[in-house]
Amino acid sequence: MINLKINNIPVSVKEGTTILNAAKQNNIKIPTLCNYPDLHINSECRVCVVEIEGRKGLVTSCSTQVREGMKIITNSPRVINARKTITELILTNHDSNCNACAKNMNCELQNLSNILGIDQARFPSVLKMEPIDDHNPALVRNPNRCIKCGRCIDVCKNIQTTNILEIMGRGQSMKITPAYGKYLSDESCTFCGQCASVCPVGAILEKDETDKVWDALHDERKRTIVQVAPAVRVSLGEELGLKAGSIVTGKIATALRLLGFDDVFDTDFTADLTIIEEGNELIKRVTEGGTLPMLTSCCPGWISFAETYYPEILPNLSTCKSPQQMFGALAKGYYAEKIGWDPENLFVVSIMPCTAKKYEAQRPEMRHDGKHPDVDVALTVRELGKLIRQMGIDFESLPDSEFDNPFGITTGAAAIFGTTGGVMEAALRTVYEVVNKKPLEKLDFTDVRGLKGFKETTVNLGGADVKVAVVHTLANARVIAEQIKAGTSPYAFIEVMTCPGGCIGGGGQPYGTTTEVRQKRLEAIYKVDGKMVIRKSHENPAITKLYEEYLIEPLGHLSHEYLHTHYHQRKKQKPKHKNVMATY
Amino acid sequence: MKETKIISRRFDRINPVSLDDYLKTEGYTGLTKALKMERISIIEEVEASYLRGRGGAGFPTHIKMMGLAKETNLPKYIICNADEGEPGNFKDKALLEKDPFAVIEGMTIMAYATGATHGFIYIRGEYQEAMSIMHECLKKAREEGYLGKGIRNTKFDFDIQIRSGAGSYVCGEEFALIESIEGKPGRTRVKPPFPTEKGVFDKPTVINNVETFANLPVIINVGGKEYAKMGTPTSTGTKLLSLSGNVKKPGVYEIEFGVSIRDVIFDLGGGVKNDRKIKMVQLGGACGPVIPEYMLDMMIDYERFEEFESKTGSGAIIVIDDRFDLFDILLKTVHFFEHESCGKCVPCREGHTQLELLIRKFNKKEATTKDLDSLESLARVMHQTSLCGLGQTSPTSIIASLRFFRDEYIDRIDHPSNL
Repeated sequence: MINLKINNIPVSVKEGTTILNAAKQNNIKIPTLCNYPDLHINSECRVCVVEIEGRKGLVTSCSTQVREGMKIITNSPRVINARKTITELILTNHDSNCNACAKNMNCELQNLSNILGIDQARFPSVLKMEPIDDHNPALVRNPNRCIKCGRCIDVCKNIQTTNILEIMGRGQSMKITPAYGKYLSDESCTFCGQCASVCPVGAILEKDETDKVWDALHDERKRTIVQVAPAVRVSLGEELGLKAGSIVTGKIATALRLLGFDDVFDTDFTADLTIIEEGNELIKRVTEGGTLPMLTSCCPGWISFAETYYPEILPNLSTCKSPQQMFGALAKGYYAEKIGWDPENLFVVSIMPCTAKKYEAQRPEMRHDGKHPDVDVALTVRELGKLIRQMGIDFESLPDSEFDNPFGITTGAAAIFGTTGGVMEAALRTVYEVVNKKPLEKLDFTDVRGLKGFKETTVNLGGADVKVAVVHTLANARVIAEQIKAGTSPYAFIEVMTCPGGCIGGGGQPYGTTTEVRQKRLEAIYKVDGKMVIRKSHENPAITKLYEEYLIEPLGHLSHEYLHTHYHQRKKQKPKHKNVMATY
Repeated sequence: MKETKIISRRFDRINPVSLDDYLKTEGYTGLTKALKMERISIIEEVEASYLRGRGGAGFPTHIKMMGLAKETNLPKYIICNADEGEPGNFKDKALLEKDPFAVIEGMTIMAYATGATHGFIYIRGEYQEAMSIMHECLKKAREEGYLGKGIRNTKFDFDIQIRSGAGSYVCGEEFALIESIEGKPGRTRVKPPFPTEKGVFDKPTVINNVETFANLPVIINVGGKEYAKMGTPTSTGTKLLSLSGNVKKPGVYEIEFGVSIRDVIFDLGGGVKNDRKIKMVQLGGACGPVIPEYMLDMMIDYERFEEFESKTGSGAIIVIDDRFDLFDILLKTVHFFEHESCGKCVPCREGHTQLELLIRKFNKKEATTKDLDSLESLARVMHQTSLCGLGQTSPTSIIASLRFFRDEYIDRIDHPSNL
């Protein structure tokens, strides 16, 4: 332990602790801006400076470790003045039109200015307005709000290894942008939205589509159908002021009805369906000698990544559409037919923890009639929060209600799709029983649970031991893709999720997603699973009925029409506009 | 007062690219002696000499050497910082062009003492001539067995490569330089870890100024204790000065520490051109303080310069006569730094722009008392909170002028602009 004094109070903390954390452990909150719990220490904003006795300059508490006998002052006039001045400087180059910003009241810079009591601007604004990049279906980059903290670069480079965002130029003309100032859509961006999730201000946001949803809800000709992804039920609560990990499944169903949706369905249903199709595909590949390892295909960020960076492994991808798109196809095909409604007047909205789902919904492959998108709008959890707030719904006091039928009957296996390892576990529950023709003794595959980036386990299928793996983040996806390319992958089946923690850590989840928060959401997901009466996809009666009534058999003719797709190499596109390289 | 020519003793007296000339003038005697010494005793000699970094910050060289020697993560690197970009500095250029082998020898001695096997000389992009001279010298040293595998028939391997930037000032900052060598944009890193622990390619690295290296052969030859007799007790040895501005004889001069600035300007530089009055003298370069005429009796040593909390120790003296306006000078300086800021940290990126706007107000006599407060506070915050040496030292001239030329600021407030 290291003994030191913070503001004259003797404290002792573990060796290697930063001053910032040492202060936090002793009830002193030093304001920060560029610092983010799961990311590298940048110490670029310099807001967290403190005074150390005997040192002339101020030091950043985020990057300085405590030493024996240190005397730290976190609140001297010199420190307060420095923090205030630095924040004022940030404001000189930031579009501070806070009222017209999606991050209003949710902005770390705004919060910091508030804490520091900044009232009048001492320094004039030098902001030069630049065009906004909204040339893709998922994300909007507003450079005028960017404060160059570097969090997005860190996520993009070190967690996702996609390196889309970089620093360009220097000094005043320094910018954070895709290379040469191109659009995100010109680059190999997977639209995972992790950058938007960590941005302290409103410089990167999901493309807001709430207006489209309001229009549809108020269009009398339209029948509006909504589906809710597995991970949403453990995170929407946070967006609306509840504790992290609150399970709000029933409230979501009630809220969506209050918003005016005609059919309130559950993506969990098509998650179960995915397991049946994907499970059978796996069995087929293993028994008939198909391309192995088979890779999951539920995650649109991962699909983009594979299509761009590893076209060689596209045959390894399961041909199953994601649950979102299976739902869309069934809604506009099977369901429209069943209720006798013109599919053109069906409006399918999905509530997703994800920004890449917006991109997926617009893919040309995801129109089973070749014309109309199967899913019209994919909203993030944050956008649903917006709808609920706009409607004036008191979410916390809502009573629970059930999802509608037929796409409302689901299992625990589907619920765990929302976390890393969930698809694998759900698939194993089904594949094991189908192949071995005997019930599983223990449903929990604990080896594939948890936030570890790379997990593996072995399952006995038909007398043979089969190795499977689970990865999340694209950095880990790259590892398995390289293994497959090199022909050294020892696995038969691999689950890949783009975001840290899987969908519970998705780019469309409430702000402030950290490892701690992910862990809470993850625990909640398994709680949902544990409480379900049916916990295996192949035991879902509604799924059985769907096959009996309509699809006939897994991997059959109709399955291929509605539930499966193909992948294409995504070439790097030529820039659609001249680059706007900074002038030096 | 006369020059003390120690490390400039070969200047203009030998053919710089001739290894024979160098050998004839005691060249490589330092290395030869060092190769027979224990590695630790070389560092002890340097410690006894109390050699301090000649790039400006004045960090004791032996501490860096000891740090590197202790590291076990191989390979270890030696970097010679020859990115002399500070306006008003040109003494490293003189060393590189007039006595290049001394720099190579110094680097080799340090490599031997610390167990480093790879060296880089990072030469400022604009120093094309120095670069070609250095290329030629490295080639000759390699041919004659002073570099490469098994130097002078020992088991000691060391070689040096030349690297260069594209003209960015901040690449003279140690971590920005290291990033640049790695092929990345010149932007500093967060410290710690320091270079001795994790430097270039994340390997242990010592980075020193050209002149620091040139001192090592001398120290080994005469012995640390003897060397320490030169100069003052805490600023030992000699210093190369870059004298420029409105003086009769600008140029590079070598003096013992302890000489006064006035003596340098008048005895060595021949006084002010056209015998005009001195308005101010800027020390160290654009990042150094401006001092008034009445302070010229100040001794040149690290302690006096540390007063200004700036890296003034690089040895630049820029004489500015009474024809010049303080705010014109400050505006040029702050504009230079605004242009050269890498943009990584807030105080430097946004601060310089605001400093420039404020100085412009004083220049145009449009300033208010509030502006004076803002300027002072901003300059100090930048100095105290910037991530690297650039932002920490760039406001020095403003901070010093607020101290020594405050009246001029007040004048610009009191007298409204003539319409």
